[in-house]
Amino acid sequence: MAINGNTLATMTKGQKGVIKAVDTSDPQVQRLMVMGLVEGAEVEHASSAIGGDPIEFKLFGCGISLRQEHARFFQVAPVVAGD
Amino acid sequence: MTKASEIRVPANEISVNRRADIAIAVVGAPNSGKSTLFNRLTGLKQRIGNYPGVTVERHVGTLRVADSVIELIDLPGTHSLSAHSLEERIAVDVIFGRIAGTSALDGIIAVLDATNLYQGLFLVQQLIDLELPLVVALTMTDAAERGGIDIDIDALSQVLGGVKVCSVVATTGAGLGGLRDAIAQLPQSAPARRSVIWPELSAAARGLRDDANDADDRPRMAELERLLIDGATEHNRAVVAALTETARNTLDDRRDKLFGTEPTIAREARIRYAWVRDVLGTVQRSAPPYFSWRTHVTNFLNRPVPGTIGLFLVMAIVFQAVFAWATPIMDLIDAGTAALGASAAAVLGDGAFSSLIADGLIAGVGSVIIFLPQILILFLFIILLEDSGYLARAAYLLDRTMRSVGLSGQSIIPMISSFACAVPGIMATRVIPNRRDRIATILAAPFMTCSARLPVYALLIAAFVPAGRVGFLSLQGLVLFGLYMFGIVAGILTALLIRKTALRGPKPPFALMLPEFRRPNLQTVLIQLLGRVKVFLYRAGTVIFTVAVIVWALAYYPRSTEIPPLVEQQRTLASYTLSGEDLAQEYERISHQASAAQLEQSWLGRAGHFIEPVFAPLGWDWRVSAAVIAGFPAREVVIAVLGTVYAVGDEADEKTLSGRLKASTWPDGSPVFTLPMVIGLLIFYACCLQCAATLAVIRRETNSWRWPVFAWVYMTAIGYFGALLAFQIGSA
Repeated sequence: MAINGNTLATMTKGQKGVIKAVDTSDPQVQRLMVMGLVEGAEVEHASSAIGGDPIEFKLFGCGISLRQEHARFFQVAPVVAGD
Repeated sequence: MTKASEIRVPANEISVNRRADIAIAVVGAPNSGKSTLFNRLTGLKQRIGNYPGVTVERHVGTLRVADSVIELIDLPGTHSLSAHSLEERIAVDVIFGRIAGTSALDGIIAVLDATNLYQGLFLVQQLIDLELPLVVALTMTDAAERGGIDIDIDALSQVLGGVKVCSVVATTGAGLGGLRDAIAQLPQSAPARRSVIWPELSAAARGLRDDANDADDRPRMAELERLLIDGATEHNRAVVAALTETARNTLDDRRDKLFGTEPTIAREARIRYAWVRDVLGTVQRSAPPYFSWRTHVTNFLNRPVPGTIGLFLVMAIVFQAVFAWATPIMDLIDAGTAALGASAAAVLGDGAFSSLIADGLIAGVGSVIIFLPQILILFLFIILLEDSGYLARAAYLLDRTMRSVGLSGQSIIPMISSFACAVPGIMATRVIPNRRDRIATILAAPFMTCSARLPVYALLIAAFVPAGRVGFLSLQGLVLFGLYMFGIVAGILTALLIRKTALRGPKPPFALMLPEFRRPNLQTVLIQLLGRVKVFLYRAGTVIFTVAVIVWALAYYPRSTEIPPLVEQQRTLASYTLSGEDLAQEYERISHQASAAQLEQSWLGRAGHFIEPVFAPLGWDWRVSAAVIAGFPAREVVIAVLGTVYAVGDEADEKTLSGRLKASTWPDGSPVFTLPMVIGLLIFYACCLQCAATLAVIRRETNSWRWPVFAWVYMTAIGYFGALLAFQIGSA
């Protein structure tokens, strides 16, 4: 499944979102799903290392870091502040 | 053991050694507070070993509650029962009783991090389906409260089918008593009730089970469910074997029907996490978090630049501590060992026994405990950084940089520590979860210029590199700097090379959990520190000691019977012509010459002569060759051996030693130590793995002789050819 539009990789610091779709073709992405990055998960872009990679997300409030190359497999619907 | 000694064993010792009747595993995600809890429960009654044939450490402790002795097994952290890494594989194999020599589990303590119920409940859910007696230990409730998470324990127990949930704060010990009682009752309590969140999977598993061979030997539902999800692998052979031919033939069909084209673990994640999201709302309520210093620290360090600067500060402190703070204590141990050896030799007089005690045994023990200050200091830092949650953040910040050189973010501490000493550095690689990254780091670490190389460098540079300046930099300093850089580059190239060849493989997904900062508990820090020291002393210390004694024997035996009469003769002669201070000096000169003569005809000296042709293309004579061989157990020994073989005057004085090295010649009168030969020797020392302790630790950390042997051959080959190139080009 091709993922386009907003992904975990396109989020900016402080932005919140919900994962809408996952491209499961990569076995490494499947391992990330085991860690809770599945459809319906609430994420927030918390920080990034120098150069923007890896990225730290809050997954239901808990810190998890992802590399750019994996983050683009997760399609995200941004949550507008106040939602 | 004889009958008599069996009878004399005191009663309390019997009960200590008695095999535990009950085995319970502590299971949880990495960073869930699992190991802290384990340490709080077992205290000092624990052992660290290895699982058969693998590098994964086995932590087992005993817990005595009421009348029973319970064996607690601290399993490697795992997010799921679908194993991916070697550590997760071991955890799952222990849970299903598939490890040889390990009994089936009587119960499970499921560790659930209150600040991360989302991921934690995924695993607890899988564990409940195992139908084993189970108690949930809800950890970090204090941190959850601070973070504004209010957990309804009763509701949590209810959604988990009624299993007991004990809230504990492992760092303060609150709630531990209640958990202990629950553990005591665990073997008698009913197994956890299976959930119904994935009925299609359960139905398929039941279908397979009805077809099983024998009603008594039927695999458990949980095993069949995992077989359906993970497919038939070498790990669930026994489960497949227990199925009938017909059932086995339906396996692929059933999996197809269940999953279609969807990756199986993706489906499992979607179904189980959907359930977790549903129950999350009923068990936890958000309360307003109160901002503490932790939040501010976290927020500040989350910005890339302050975070990275902070990281370098921490690294600098660790490096400084291991390098500088340990040195005075190491010097004390060194001086203490030497003094003890000297006084032992003085008491015991001359002879083989005296030399064995003084130069063999005492020096051998000294060569083991000399590492303790660095190991203690480095591991104190590592355990503090790990338990506070900072190590994960360091790995996160450095991931990109370290990845570009074939290592991972977690490699940074082992690499930096190796500048002080590769032994604690390699021991520190256990923080690297990925096996390939760990071994690449272990192979790169010994290239870092350790403090034992420094005296060799200093001696040779001071003696043979001209004291001139290049701009405002001293040439000698530049050469030393060059040797440091050479080590770093060689280490990085080695890591890159090994990751591209022998350890080629998919990079693990870099998904690191970044916990909030938490205060480490002093007691568990000390328990872990003691565990590291024990592991070093028992596993590596024995090898280091043995090698030290063997090299002593090689340098001592055989004793020539011709030398002592000659010595007597010379002493008598000297006493006719000299007196007072001069005579004493002459006696000393004679005794050093005698040692040199004894060494030349010892096995070591003969080995030096024997191997001289091998090292001749490098410009080394038999003396350098013998010193290099003697330096095999510990490279700094080379200076003492050079001092003995070039013995005139006081061997401990490096200034005169460098003078003697300069003066040494080949039989034809040309100098041995030319600049190209010295550069070659420096390159050899920069590469060659002349350190039995490092080899012993590599053996211990990789749990096989394959890697230490490879590292030794590889590094020696590079050192040899580097020295050959330097000498041949330089002398041409």
